[in-house]
Amino acid sequence: MTTANRGQTRERAATFILKRHRMRAAEALPWLVAIAAFFIVPDRMTFGSQVLIMVMFALSLDLILGYAGIVTLGHAAFFGIGAYTVGLAAARLQWTEPISGLFAAAIAAGIVGFLTGWLLLRYRGLTLLMLTLATAIMLQETGNLRSDISGGYDGLPGLTFKPLLGVFDYDLYGHTYYLYVLATLAVVFYFVRRIVYSPFGQALTGIRENVRRMHAIGSPVHRRLVTVYTIAAAIAGVAGALFTQTNAYVTLTVFDFDNSAKVMVMLILGGTGRLYGAFVGAAVYMILEDYFSKLSPTFWQFGIGLLLVLAVLFARRGVLGLFESFGEYLAERKKR
Amino acid sequence: MPHVANIAVSILFDGLAYAMFLFITSVGLSVTMGLMGFVNLAHGAFAMAGGYIVVSLTRTLGIDFIPSLVIASLVVGAVSVLFERGLYRRLYKATDLEQVLLTIGLAFMAIATFTYFYGPIPKSVPLPAWLEGDVNLGFRNFPTYRAFLIVLGTALIAVLWYAFERTNIGAKIRAAVDNRRMAESVGINVDRLFTLTFALGSGLAALGGGLAIQLLGLSPSFAVLYLVLFLIVVAVGGLGSLKGTLLAALVIGVFDTAGKYLLADAGGFFVYAVTVAVLLVKPAGFYGRE
Amino acid sequence: MRRIGWLGFAALAFTLGGAAQAETVKIGVVLPFSGANADLGHQIDKAFDLYVKLHAKDIAPHKVEIIKRDEGPPTGAQAKTVATELVTNDKVQILTGFVFSPSAIALAPVVTQAKVPMVIANAGTAWITNLSPYIARLSFSMWHPAYPMGAYAHHKIGCKTAAMAYTDFPPGKDSTEAFKTGFEKAGGKITEAIPMGSPVQVPDFTPFFQRIKDAKPDCMYVFIPSGAHAAGVMKAYGELGMRKGGVKLIGPMDLIPDNKLQDMGDAAIGTIVMGHYAVDLNNPENKAFNEAWHQAYGKDSYPDFMSAAGWDTMHAIFDTIKKLNGNVSDGSKVIDAMKGWTSKGPRGTVTIDASTRDIVQDEHAMEVVRKADGKLGVKILGTTKGVKDECKELKVGRCGS
Repeated sequence: MTTANRGQTRERAATFILKRHRMRAAEALPWLVAIAAFFIVPDRMTFGSQVLIMVMFALSLDLILGYAGIVTLGHAAFFGIGAYTVGLAAARLQWTEPISGLFAAAIAAGIVGFLTGWLLLRYRGLTLLMLTLATAIMLQETGNLRSDISGGYDGLPGLTFKPLLGVFDYDLYGHTYYLYVLATLAVVFYFVRRIVYSPFGQALTGIRENVRRMHAIGSPVHRRLVTVYTIAAAIAGVAGALFTQTNAYVTLTVFDFDNSAKVMVMLILGGTGRLYGAFVGAAVYMILEDYFSKLSPTFWQFGIGLLLVLAVLFARRGVLGLFESFGEYLAERKKR
Repeated sequence: MPHVANIAVSILFDGLAYAMFLFITSVGLSVTMGLMGFVNLAHGAFAMAGGYIVVSLTRTLGIDFIPSLVIASLVVGAVSVLFERGLYRRLYKATDLEQVLLTIGLAFMAIATFTYFYGPIPKSVPLPAWLEGDVNLGFRNFPTYRAFLIVLGTALIAVLWYAFERTNIGAKIRAAVDNRRMAESVGINVDRLFTLTFALGSGLAALGGGLAIQLLGLSPSFAVLYLVLFLIVVAVGGLGSLKGTLLAALVIGVFDTAGKYLLADAGGFFVYAVTVAVLLVKPAGFYGRE
Repeated sequence: MRRIGWLGFAALAFTLGGAAQAETVKIGVVLPFSGANADLGHQIDKAFDLYVKLHAKDIAPHKVEIIKRDEGPPTGAQAKTVATELVTNDKVQILTGFVFSPSAIALAPVVTQAKVPMVIANAGTAWITNLSPYIARLSFSMWHPAYPMGAYAHHKIGCKTAAMAYTDFPPGKDSTEAFKTGFEKAGGKITEAIPMGSPVQVPDFTPFFQRIKDAKPDCMYVFIPSGAHAAGVMKAYGELGMRKGGVKLIGPMDLIPDNKLQDMGDAAIGTIVMGHYAVDLNNPENKAFNEAWHQAYGKDSYPDFMSAAGWDTMHAIFDTIKKLNGNVSDGSKVIDAMKGWTSKGPRGTVTIDASTRDIVQDEHAMEVVRKADGKLGVKILGTTKGVKDECKELKVGRCGS
């Protein structure tokens, strides 16, 4: 390859990477929407907090599913660990400072993520699916076994938390907590975005696209996977912690397979590997669910099933993928 | 009978009956996944559909239990062909994730549909008198229905084994599971084979669903509640292997029953612990291929 | 002209002053309307609707506006969200419903902060009423049927030993603890307590029951969530020939829900349960209740203990509205009005205990029999009147806080 060619190749590669993450201006959009919601629908803020928590949860899954290509059915395990770290700390150790609770949850979930990832990420396909699923269920069963500690399915009720930063307290309308969750989400998101754009993030994409090749070029695949799995687990833990704090209550149902499945559906609907897919998917799913299950829960279940089927058949890259396709279509037309 | 032996017999008998149910319902999933690599999470929905058809046939049309089972299996088997041809075919080349999501979506739609028509309340099925109560097998009594399950399961295993090992079609299926490209190149129409296998597997699932009503009750959530269990049997047994599915069903069935009997506190823990243990050592299951 | 004006004004003043302000009381109903537990929600909802329809004139000129929301799954999170929104957005003055204990538990801090009464129509964990002074319960606590059953089983049924089997979740643990306390107090001995899996799916009961059958206690106390599990229990009990084997089946009334009883067949005959309601209960209020139910919902539809509780819940709310003359904006006044409320309902005499705000009701020992018309029904063997929640009386565990 001549020097000129090499330069050209590098340029093309750079353009390609940049193009994929180009939406710089449009990136402000979801944040503006979230802030606007605070003013436009101030009476739905408790619901709003739950949506943002799901966004964070979906974001953590996107790291492993969308970027690293690991398909897991047990992601709720980390959400649950984070939720229970905060819950148990508050109920048994009287540790009710919220922000340190988030850190504790992230560390706890991260440790479990590291251990399980190190052990399980050697496997793939159905094997990995079953192993991750079994892990989540075993955690839940263990919780039930020691329901004297965990409260079982009745959970740990009536948790109280100190006001944020010593000043901002919980209110019935959930205003304080909405902003708290939004701020935390922004911090987490910034962190995730840095990872994804870094060389590490590119290596992940490489692993997802062609793992054999990555092995062949000497990339430490397993180490990278475990790293991203640990980070994703920590983030899911933070989401779980926020869940307990905003609800002032946690039960063993946080480990349910339902949660793992729900967050995967949200991510697929929004579009994997696109960072903002989590935003779009979680928001769309939660809002649709809120609306339709009030109307008729049976139709909601049918509707979400149908949506999934249609998404896989016609919109494999989710809502954001549709936007992208549309954008490409317009670009094509402009070219002609 | 001495106490320990009595307990052992109880566990083995109940475990065996449960294992038969697991085998009958899961074998279709194992073969289709092994043959086409297609992850069909709507398999539980087919089983559920079979169950509901049996309920309707017995309760509304007054048809006897056994003929209802046969009819339900045939109906579901036939309908599954429509799904395979019309929908699944498009996704054979798709990623695992896409197959998972499509079939989960179908399962949700099925659950909602059956909830709409049958309501969420669990249903039971009227059994013929000869299947109720218990039967004396010489040294002690056993519930008749479970004895029936064991007999039926064994018969089915024998038939399936014969079909797989001794017939032409069985050989073709085994060849295609082993090495699809090779099988195609020697002239085996793998696509048609798959449709046949899929229909058979779904029909068996429906049979399993019908048999499960008496054992576990039937409600619309059956489709996903037991799916995990079927997936475990398939994963532990090894995709595409009759022997594997049988062994896995026996292990899971007996361990689960033993766990409940001896260490009820541990709950469902046993099944998952066994699954993790087996998969860590043999990731492709007992008789799977890497 | 002016005279007419004055007369008109006087007439208007008379009308306004004479008739009380006609209030519309907003009531938020939170029940599971979707998912596997939807039928439980519907049983209570039907009772609510029926009472409101038949007794609307009792509170005239006031009216009630019922706003219904889906309680969701037993995780508590959805219930908390929808109920909070009912309070903040729809501005309901009273919250009611609540099938699942986690829902009520999650909501307790909210109703305390918002000062809105929560009138529980089902959730049975004993210590729920301790969580907030704004909670009143019209249904039951697990201890209501289970504790008296302990004494009854030992003294009247003749159980010297009993094994307990229960679905492994808090109500199961509560109920068996209550039974054990009562049973051991009466002199009986508990041989073992076997958890039988999670409430989410109906397990194969055979291994659990087989183990108990092999151990041969006099009686087996079983607690399972009402509904599908009950049918499974009876099936396993019959298949294993346990009655022949000398193990009597006892439990709370959840064991023989009225809408499943007919399907249970001969295996159920001889089962003895302790409960506060059965369709066959012989009192005039229950007869009227059943008649109204069949008229509204068809002859194949039956009320059950949840519907009876729902009926009494709406009754208590209506009586409170009448007592306060429609003025229900002060939550603490509503709760105070409910304390000590007593009335005759389909269950018999029910009272809201003034100090615990929990229900006081009669518990009946009932045996399953085949009636003259061929259907399965229950025969009342005996009644313990005015049963309180013993968990709080004896201050057991969390009930003492």
